[in-house]
Amino acid sequence: MTPKRKKRLIIILALVFGAGLAVGLTMFALSQNINLFYSTSQIANNEAPVGKRMRMGGMVVDGSVKRASDTLRVSFGLTDYESEVTVVFSGILPDLFREGQGIIAQGKLDENGVFQADEVLAKHDENYMPPEIAETMKKRQEAQQ
Amino acid sequence: MIAELGGFSLILALFLSVVLAIVPLSGTITGNEIWMNYAKPLATGQFLFVLVSFLCLGYAFVVDDFSVAYVANHSNSQMPMQYKISAIWGGHEGSLLLWALILSGWTIAVAIFSNSLPLDMLARVLSVMGMVAIGFILFMLMTSSPFERYLPNFPLDGGDLNPLLQDFGLIVHPPMLYMGYVGFSVAFAFAIAALLSGQLDAAWARWSRPWTNVAWAFLGMGITLGSWWAYYELGWGGWWFWDPVENASLMPWLVGTALVHSLAVTEKRGVFKSWTVLLAIMAFSLSLLGTFLVRSGVLTSVHAFATDPERGLFILVLLAITIGGSLILYAIKAPNVRSESSFSWLSRETLLLINNVFLTVMAMTVLLGTLYPLLIDALGQGKISVGPPYFNAVFVPIMGLMSVALGLSVVARWRNTSLEMVRQRLWKPAVGSLLIAAVFPFVYGDGFDFSVFFGMAISLWVIFTVGLEFVWKFRHSANIGKRLSQLSMSYYGMLLAHLGVAVTAIGVTLVSVYSQERDIRMAPGDKIEVVGYEFEFQGSQRVKGPNYLADQGQIVVRLDNEELTRLKPEKRQYNVQRNMMTEADIDAGLFRDLYVALGEPLGGGAWAVRVHYKPYVRWLWLGGLMMTLGGLLTVTDKRYRKKVINGKGEKYA
Repeated sequence: MTPKRKKRLIIILALVFGAGLAVGLTMFALSQNINLFYSTSQIANNEAPVGKRMRMGGMVVDGSVKRASDTLRVSFGLTDYESEVTVVFSGILPDLFREGQGIIAQGKLDENGVFQADEVLAKHDENYMPPEIAETMKKRQEAQQ
Repeated sequence: MIAELGGFSLILALFLSVVLAIVPLSGTITGNEIWMNYAKPLATGQFLFVLVSFLCLGYAFVVDDFSVAYVANHSNSQMPMQYKISAIWGGHEGSLLLWALILSGWTIAVAIFSNSLPLDMLARVLSVMGMVAIGFILFMLMTSSPFERYLPNFPLDGGDLNPLLQDFGLIVHPPMLYMGYVGFSVAFAFAIAALLSGQLDAAWARWSRPWTNVAWAFLGMGITLGSWWAYYELGWGGWWFWDPVENASLMPWLVGTALVHSLAVTEKRGVFKSWTVLLAIMAFSLSLLGTFLVRSGVLTSVHAFATDPERGLFILVLLAITIGGSLILYAIKAPNVRSESSFSWLSRETLLLINNVFLTVMAMTVLLGTLYPLLIDALGQGKISVGPPYFNAVFVPIMGLMSVALGLSVVARWRNTSLEMVRQRLWKPAVGSLLIAAVFPFVYGDGFDFSVFFGMAISLWVIFTVGLEFVWKFRHSANIGKRLSQLSMSYYGMLLAHLGVAVTAIGVTLVSVYSQERDIRMAPGDKIEVVGYEFEFQGSQRVKGPNYLADQGQIVVRLDNEELTRLKPEKRQYNVQRNMMTEADIDAGLFRDLYVALGEPLGGGAWAVRVHYKPYVRWLWLGGLMMTLGGLLTVTDKRYRKKVINGKGEKYA
């Protein structure tokens, strides 16, 4: 092997090794940090794991928002018009959180089937419905027909 | 009538860009100088017609012409004048028109400031930019014209602009960002022109460099402004969310940063040519991808206010043509490119190559995280989202490694650097930054914190190495003033931008670790203490704005029992859209921000209140500003104003 080729081989091996390492670490980081999306029906039917971080989307049930009198603890029902799940959240809700509005809650499901949210997302558009919810609802409608 | 004039003007602009794309380029193939000479007047004409079109839309906004659908949907007669004007780019159609205006603006700028360019090169560059303009103007005319009318029954008043966008941030953020996005089309056009001509040399790099630096500077400014806007306007004190649309602007910036450095090597040393061309293609493609992600609505995001599959498809086709076409051209032409000099393992070239690899890897990991949910969805594997921990986990370590390389490359010499020299000059900054970073968390915080150590170490390392390099320049000079004026503007720009990196890194580190955030219920008279500051809530009152009603909270802030300031955060309800909007109030400072926002009324005069203490948060944006200024400073360098007589460039040792 000429010195020049040897040098090239080293460069290529280093590149392959570096790229492999980068891809490996990235995929590991990715697999640790993805949040699966569940509909309220899936959660009500026990299709979702308990204690794992996930997202749940649905419409806030009318008249279900209850606030604690001394803290920022709030609970509300979330529905995809089929099954309802209770969400508990402690903190400030986004401006567009309203009954009847589509929202996404991020957090964990506890043993009692209550969703412990650490983040509530609502979009800045009153007609907005998370695409995930729109799709779930469309599927329901098709199934009913 | 004015709106129709705008639409008609846009069609004429399209016609001119078609001619611009074909005639000068054909001229370069047949050697017809007259055809090549058409490039400048065509670029001028295209700009004027897009400008007329833009002004027509502006006029429709100013006079409240609600028969124009776009105006009716994005404006209202009660809106203050400055927001009526900025509402031109407050929605999808209008922001595309702004895009086209900036594109034709860049085109005419190239035509005007190109006295040093050979005629054939200029013709090619302007033709390529004409092609890009065809794509965008056609896109607007076919799928999203801002001039469509509601006739015959148009609304009496408009539907108002989203309250979030009625803000100074919206006036400046999109134009800056677009200046950057679209500016990369110039770098792209130069790269394609160079590939077409086969003239990939140092002269090409010198022509392309100032344009690329300016585009990069604007993009950085746009991102910085966006982050600042999100911080004070979204009402929860965050400054970066790893939102897909933020990522869409970050990716071209990262690749653009690599391009800026790679162009420097190509200009100075005549190496990395094909890589530089590839980066230019990538930077512009990522800008287009950003547009696709924002405008097609495939991703869930705060910015995805217009969603339409037809538009998404159009941009996807445009993207495919751009990337496919330029990569085919690259595949044909790039193998003929030869390096003009060599360099050793330890040299500035190698270190800048490493920096390029890191930046590209960062851009790719962000791309992966952004597109992964789409991919999984397309494969029918369920709905997922990728959270900020992923981005932090991949971004932070690479950023650290890159900062180490940054310090080394500032000190290293071109071609070859001795290990001895590097060791001699760098052991002090290395030891110094590690020591100070290790002590810092004990002094500033209350114990060791690895994140703080890591962030401070890399920031200080960059500051020390850049500072020492600057001082090193004076080692032989008795007359400091004379030496200061000898150093080039590019050099000062380089120093400033690199210090900006460190300043941003310090801001990110300290605000992430030492922020104090309290979300609590406060009744009138309630007090809370955060990091020594006492916040007393004194209740709220109703106030009336030009087009909204608000509850305004009164919060007195005291430090050591002395009143420091009164903060008045608002909860606004806009008259037309009936949306609630949080308007935070901030006591800003170089070393800390006090940030309060109202959550929701809890009955009995009590409110949910957000009280945040944000140390060094301003440094984040200050660093961004320094990078921008640094980028702009390099362009004022004398050597870019020299006329190049021999287009072949110089010889290299």
